[in-house]
Parts: sequence; C-alpha cells; structure tokens
Amino acid sequence: MNFGLTDEQEMIVSTVRAFVEREIYPHEAEVERTGRVPPELAQEIKRKTLELGFYACNFPPEVGGAGLSHLDFALVERELGRGSMALTHFFGRPQNILMACEGAQRERYLLPAVRGERMDALAMTEPDAGSDVRGMKCTARRDGGDWVVNGTKHFISGADHADFFIVFVATGEDDTPHGPKKRITAFLVDRGTPGFTVREGYRSVSHRGYANCILEFDDCRLPDAQVLGAVDGGFEVMNTWLYATRITVAAMSVGRARRAFDLALHHAAERRQFGQTIGRFQGVSFQLADAVTEIDAADWLTLAAAWRLDQGLPANREIASAKLYATEMLARVTDMGIQVFGGMGLMDDFPLERFWRDARVERIWDGTSEIQRHIIGRELLRPLGS
Amino acid sequence: MKVLVPVKRVIDYNVKVRVKADGSGVDLANVKMSMNPFDEIAVEEAIRLKEAGKVEEVVAVSIGVKQAQETLRTALAMGADRAILIVAADDVHQDIEPLAVAKLLAKVIEEEEPGLVLCGKQAIDNDMNATGQMLSALLGWSQAMYANKVEIEGDHAVVTREVDGGLQTVKVKMPTIISTDLRLNEPRYASLPNIMKAKKKPLDEKTAADYGVDVAPRLEVVKTAEPPTRKAGEMVGSVDELVSKLKEAGVV
Ligand SMILES: Cc1cc2nc3c(=O)[nH]c(=O)nc-3n(C[C@H](O)[C@H](O)[C@H](O)COP(=O)(O)OP(=O)(O)OC[C@H]3O[C@@H](n4cnc5c(N)ncnc54)[C@H](O)[C@@H]3O)c2cc1C
Ligand SMILES: Cc1cc2nc3c(=O)[nH]c(=O)nc-3n(C[C@H](O)[C@H](O)[C@H](O)COP(=O)(O)OP(=O)(O)OC[C@H]3O[C@@H](n4cnc5c(N)ncnc54)[C@H](O)[C@@H]3O)c2cc1C
Repeated sequence: MNFGLTDEQEMIVSTVRAFVEREIYPHEAEVERTGRVPPELAQEIKRKTLELGFYACNFPPEVGGAGLSHLDFALVERELGRGSMALTHFFGRPQNILMACEGAQRERYLLPAVRGERMDALAMTEPDAGSDVRGMKCTARRDGGDWVVNGTKHFISGADHADFFIVFVATGEDDTPHGPKKRITAFLVDRGTPGFTVREGYRSVSHRGYANCILEFDDCRLPDAQVLGAVDGGFEVMNTWLYATRITVAAMSVGRARRAFDLALHHAAERRQFGQTIGRFQGVSFQLADAVTEIDAADWLTLAAAWRLDQGLPANREIASAKLYATEMLARVTDMGIQVFGGMGLMDDFPLERFWRDARVERIWDGTSEIQRHIIGRELLRPLGS
Repeated sequence: MKVLVPVKRVIDYNVKVRVKADGSGVDLANVKMSMNPFDEIAVEEAIRLKEAGKVEEVVAVSIGVKQAQETLRTALAMGADRAILIVAADDVHQDIEPLAVAKLLAKVIEEEEPGLVLCGKQAIDNDMNATGQMLSALLGWSQAMYANKVEIEGDHAVVTREVDGGLQTVKVKMPTIISTDLRLNEPRYASLPNIMKAKKKPLDEKTAADYGVDVAPRLEVVKTAEPPTRKAGEMVGSVDELVSKLKEAGVV
C-alpha cells in the first residue's frame, strides 16, 4: 500500500492549485459582492482551462477528454473546491452522463460539451420531488411520434449558463406489489426549445453567483432523437453515470476545508490576546487539532472511495460515507474557523464567513446527509435480510 | 541550437521558513519543495525560444538530492525535451555550493555542447547569485546576467539587463550564459497533456562522481538566525490621527 502521489499527480495538483490561486481567488470578492460572474471573465477562465487541456478532463480520450481516473479527477476537484464555485464552474467538467449520448447526439451534445462550446445542466429535482426523485410530476406523454413534456424543475444549478439540459421526466407508471412506480426517461433539451422556459431561481445563502434556476415545460414537444439512453431507462443512465458525482462533492469539501483551516491556523499563530498568541491556549489549539484530524480523515475516505471505483470494486457505500463525512466535516471546520477568528470571522473582510455559508448546501445537494445514511444503512443491512 | 537550463529544487516560496534549533540552517524536513522561481522563468524562456523556432532542444539539468527528479519532471511537463539528474547529496540539508554546481555544469556542457545556458539569477534558498557567473569564467563564455529581455540574432544574443537604476542592453557572442530576472516572462502552467507526457520523456540519472567533480563544501555556515520580528503596527482612523501619531513618534 502506498499513500503517496505519483509525480504526475503531484503536478496535476500543483497546476490546478496554482490556477485556482491565480485565476480564481482574485475575482472571488467581486462575485460575492455582485452575485454574478462577468461574461468576459467566464470566457477567460474557460479559454485558459481549454488551453491547459484540463477542460472536461473527466472524459475519456476517445471523445477528446484527458481520461483522468476517478482518483486523479478527485484530486482536481479537491483543488477546485478551494475556489468559488461560481467561477470554477467555467473550469468545465461536463456531466459524464453525456457519455450515454448515441449517434447524432454525440456531435450535437457530447463533443461540443467536451470542447467547451456548449454547457450543460442536469435537472431532476422538482418542488414536490427532491430526495424522492421517483415522485416526480414532470411527465412526457406520447403524441404522434413525439413526446410532449409538462411540469416544473427547480434548483437547477448552472442553468443560467447552460446551452442544453439533461432532464429526467416520468414517461409512465408500472403497477408493482409496492404500489404504482413511475418509469423515468432522460431527455436532452436545448435552450430555446418551444414550450421550454428557464426562469430565474431562488437566492441561495451558499455559493453566490452560482445560480440555480427554475425550468418550466408547457407542452414542450421533443422528438425521440432527444431521448438520452433508452425510453424508460432514466434510472439506468442515472445509476451508471451519476453515481460518482458524490465523490466530487466530497473532494471539493475537503479542499475548501483545508483553505478555511489554513486561515484559522495562521490566525491562531499570530493573534495575540492575554499576552500570548491564542494558539497557545489549548482551548484554541485543540480545536485546530480536531479539525485537521477530521480533514485528513475525510480526505482519505474520499480518495479511497475514488480508488475503489478505479479498481472496479463496489463503492456505493464508500462514496456515501465520503460524501456524508466530508460535507459534515466541512460544516464543523468552517464553524471552528470562525470561532478561532472571533468577531472578525463573521465579517466579509475575510472569506471564512463565505466558506461557512457555502458549506451549508453540501449536506443537501447530490443527496442529503440523511439519504447518504440511508444508503449506507441499506448497503449494510440488506445483505443480512433486513 | 540546444539550450541547457539548470533547475534547482528549493523550499517553496510560500513556506514560512524555520531555522533549525541548532542554528545550522533552515529546517527542510517535511516542507514543500518546488522549482526555484527564477529557474521556472528560465525554463519558460527556453520553451518560448523553441516555440519561436530559435532552438531545437531544451535540456533541463538538476544537481542535488535524488528527489530533484520531481523538479525535473516539472520542467519536462512545462515543455523541456529531456532531463539530466546529477545526484550529489543524500541529505536534503546538504546544499551544493555554486562552484561545485558550475564545475558539474561545465562537464555537462562539454558533453552536450549547448549554444546557450539559461539559468536563474539566484536560488531563493541561499540567494548566492554566483553559479551563472562562475560557469562563464570556467568556460570562458560570455555572460549576460539579470535578463529582462532576450533576443537571439544569429551568433549573437541581445539581452536587456536589469541593473541598478534602470535597464542596460548588451550584445553578447554565442555561446553564452544568460541569467533570468523576475520580469523576463511569466512562466506557464504545466498543461495536462504535457504532465501526462512528462513521464515518457528521457531523464538520465548520473552522480557527481561520474563527472569526477568534488562537491565537498568549501564554505562553513557559522550561524543561521531568524530575521528580527517586526513590531506590531497600529491602525489609525484618519489622516489627522496619522499626522499626530507621526508627530508623537518624532518622525515629522
Ligand atoms: C443550491 C442547490 C442547487 C441544486 N442543484 C441541483 C441541480 O443542478 N439539479 C437537480 O436536479 N437538483 C439540484 N438540487 C436539488 C437537490 O439535489 C435537492 O435539494 C436534494 O436532493 C434534497 O431535496 P429537497 O431539497 O427537495 O429536500 P427534501 O427531499 O424535501 O428533504 C427534506 C428533508 O427530509 C429529509 N428526508 C427526505 N427523505 C428522507 C428519507 N427517506 N429518510 C430520511 N430523511 C429524509 C431530507 O434529508 C431533508 O432533511 C440543488 C439544490 C440546491 C439547494
Ligand atoms: C457583530 C458584533 C458586534 C459586537 N458589538 C460589540 C459592542 O457593541 N461593543 C463591544 O465592546 N464589543 C462588541 N463586539 C466585540 C465582541 O465582544 C468580541 O468580538 C469578542 O469579545 C471576541 O473578541 P475578538 O473578536 O477580538 O476575538 P479574540 O478575543 O481575538 O478571540 C479569538 C479566539 O481566541 C479565543 N481565545 C481568546 N482568549 C482565549 C483564552 N484565554 N483561552 C481560550 N481561548 C481564547 C476566543 O475564544 C476566540 O475563539 C462585537 C462583535 C461582533 C462580532
């Protein structure tokens, strides 16, 4: 067993770190203040990422990506997690569910997404269907040879910049011994399709500038060519491709926690009260000790889960553990950071209050902490017949 | 033409250095090490010369501990074509002195016959600022130190140098040794495809003994000390307050 990084991995980490420090950090305060990313800046970040060959680095070389392993990609995400999500969004990592594109879909969606020409967003959640994805009300019915979609999606991240959307819609219902069960199909929907509107969403306390929008479908007509995967095969594509995105959330949480921790550590080493640096009080140093222990634990949990995926080992339970622990760790570490800073920690002169706010959503999106615990529990107990 | 770029593995510029308890030097155990920033500028300049068609091959050389291999991989990932590692120390705390480095580089140059050596003006660890100059003396080559701008024109190089109080432009005969100053260029990030390619590029490993150079230190470090800590500042609320504080302090 070897816990070190290879030379390549070290270089990937240091390149992405340097990129985030030089190209992202300087613009964070403005994005926080205005709540938006200037389009020129977005283009600039995208252009530089493309130039560096990091754009869509999670995609295999056959489609123009860099073919990073899950582990290497987790290292990239960990570094990106240090920076503002509104900005790192343009260090593009399209949803790898696009690998399910077939035939003409590859030229229209997959390849332009990898080349940075078209951006995607993913829409599952609805006002009445969050954790319970299958409870969705958005439906598509057959009409002639087409599908006609009606319904609403909300909380759709990056929808303001997206050129097309991967939308999950109910396409029927089966009767099962446990009651009726919806069949789900994934569709590719272009911005501007008649009957489809993107509306401004809510204002979130986390990740200002990384907008979430509301999508409305009002008799939106889609041909069969827009079906991603098989008709009624929505859960299949979801389970094949969206499985690993939770590692991304965990890895970003670890990166952000380290940045918050470093601020707190240096503050503790420099701030003087009662005639000495506050780091000399165990009340402070023990908080730092606990925090770094938790960060390391989350880091290894995350990398180990990614490694399992690379080895082709079952990883559902491990990914859930990593997502659960890393996001909850981030909440504790950012809270600790503010405590160590005292009153100044709450002020927007320092980024800590932002990390603390941003941390909140990580325990909710991509499956809430409760849903992760549910997955872990089920994976443990189901084999025992419970 | 071939360019030789010596690169040194040094303590990362972001690391807050600590002096070892016995005062024998700076503590390097478990600290982040990186390529000397001036050497990064030299690698960048060499790659730009190659991109401009003035140079065919960029060879990076590092002299030090075995771990300097990582530094060479970084140079390769930036775009150098191949690398030579000369292992001359086992302990990260053993710094190879400029004269020994210059002698080793002179031997490498005998073998490689580059038309240009691009080196950093100094290493940020010991700030010696001597290797390029010593190498020039050993080889009898021309030198242009502290370059702010480099242009290769046939068998000459026109180099704008940063000197006290301004810029000086010199024309030197090739082969020559140019050392880089901070404003020469802004080094690129290693691109992902180049990072992946770096492992496949050749990296020769040698030892100081292979070149018959004695690297034993000629200098003795008598003492290393932390710089004196600055006294805490004071925030003032207005210009008037500032002026009165300055008067109080007797400086205006
Ligand atoms: C800023 C933001 C961006 C988002 N971006 C996207 C996006 O791009 N695309 C997208 O499709 N979705 C997105 N989401 C939606 C996100 O995935 C959901 O918010 C999440 O799945 C939870 O759903 P919900 O908010 O409806 O909460 P609910 O599902 O209503 O949950 C409410 C509470 O009940 C708990 N709960 C629910 N079911 C159970 C259970 N079985 N056992 C125990 N507890 C349970 C939950 O854990 C939670 O505490 C985003 C959300 C936010 C906040
Ligand atoms: C919004 C806001 C409004 C405020 N309003 C007022 C006001 O109206 N009037 C006023 O006078 N003040 C006010 N304050 C100041 C407030 O009382 C201080 O912020 C508080 O006393 C902490 O001081 P500090 O922020 O300088 O943190 P510090 O004293 O620097 O503390 C930093 C960290 O070190 C820890 N620490 C310090 N000493 C020790 C020790 N001996 N042992 C263990 N841990 C230690 C602290 O617990 C904290 O975690 C306000 C603060 C805020 C944020």
